[in-house]
Amino acid sequence: MASQRDIRRRIRDVGRIKQITRAMQFVAASKLKRAQDSTLAARPYSEKIDEVLADLAAVIAADEHPLLSRREGGKRLLVLITSDRGLAGPLNTNTIRFAARVITEHTGDLAVVSVGRKGRDAMRRARVPLEAHFAGFGDRPAFADVIPLARLVTDGFVSGEFGQIDLVYPRFVSTLIQRPVMETLLPVAPAEDTEGIPGNQFIFEPNPGAVLEQLLPRYVATRLFQAVLEAKASEESSRMVAMKNATENADDLIDEYTLAYNKVRQANITREMIEIATGAQTH
Amino acid sequence: MPLLLEIVTPERLAYSDTVDAVTLPGIEGELGVLPHHAPLVTMLGLGELRIRKAGETETFAIAGGFLQVRPDKVVVMAEMADMAAEIDLEKAEEARRQAERALEGGFHEGADLAAARAALQVALLRQRVAERRHREGRPRRHG
Repeated sequence: MASQRDIRRRIRDVGRIKQITRAMQFVAASKLKRAQDSTLAARPYSEKIDEVLADLAAVIAADEHPLLSRREGGKRLLVLITSDRGLAGPLNTNTIRFAARVITEHTGDLAVVSVGRKGRDAMRRARVPLEAHFAGFGDRPAFADVIPLARLVTDGFVSGEFGQIDLVYPRFVSTLIQRPVMETLLPVAPAEDTEGIPGNQFIFEPNPGAVLEQLLPRYVATRLFQAVLEAKASEESSRMVAMKNATENADDLIDEYTLAYNKVRQANITREMIEIATGAQTH
Repeated sequence: MPLLLEIVTPERLAYSDTVDAVTLPGIEGELGVLPHHAPLVTMLGLGELRIRKAGETETFAIAGGFLQVRPDKVVVMAEMADMAAEIDLEKAEEARRQAERALEGGFHEGADLAAARAALQVALLRQRVAERRHREGRPRRHG
């Protein structure tokens, strides 16, 4: 049985770990708030771009722009968004497992662009060809951060190197639920225009083709930006929940150890008293 | 009939209010939008967006944008939209100097050169917009 001193040391150690997990929990909570705010703030622009794209789709045939047309040949590209840092609960594991299933089910050429270190490390271990890697974009991803990534995938698609580009990232459903999802980024599939006035009633200046030309790269960048923001919110909420659990576990452990400590202490006292009593009798 | 104007950027909703008229930097020259404008979608250039509202003017420096005019509202989607009153003159000046240095030093080709030139243009625009605002010395108002 462990000595009183051993148990006391263990209680102290667990207490220190608890301080750290608790601090991480609160930091994650405040970062989550910020990530959620940025996700919400970015939504109007993204919705607007979608709407204009739908209006354009009403007047332009799908094969009139290279980013809109489905193509044969060219490999499939997966953009995998994970976090840079760990201690975020099962989030990265789940996202990577989801991506791994897509990769194993796919026959033919495939490459991955990783955003975030965790995804890159996993792909390296699995020997999946990495096309490029982008470090995560910090606590406050800016739109400008995703531009190089957007350019890379757009150029690769236009040149025919990639035939289809999919996005895999953890969607933020709620603080408790984050679900890995896959969405097709390219070729662009414009949404149906469900509200507002029909696209063919707009005048496009100078012409629909020119507007589309300018709009599509921004549409791609916006989709990537949205995914990065959602992944960020998912990361922080998953970390917050994981650290909350860790803090509670630490409390349980401290209770358990304290009980064990008291038992040992009690046993020692009892033993000493017996020793004293028997000592007194023999005299 | 007033005009509902919204300015959105990838990072936020920069402006949303009813206005009397708005002037924008179209790619083929200045563009004015008054109520009852025909439905229109067009590209915007780099420049000043001026809002007229109850006899006063509010200015934005915008870049990389689109304009959508609908019967019920006018929406500006821009990669950058900074309200003149919110531009920090010193920071704008510093950004311009940096952009100039980037152009002078080092070798630039193709996309790099285009990006450096664009950065300088944006910096100059921000500075111009902010300086005018500063000179006119109007009290800062929020729309």
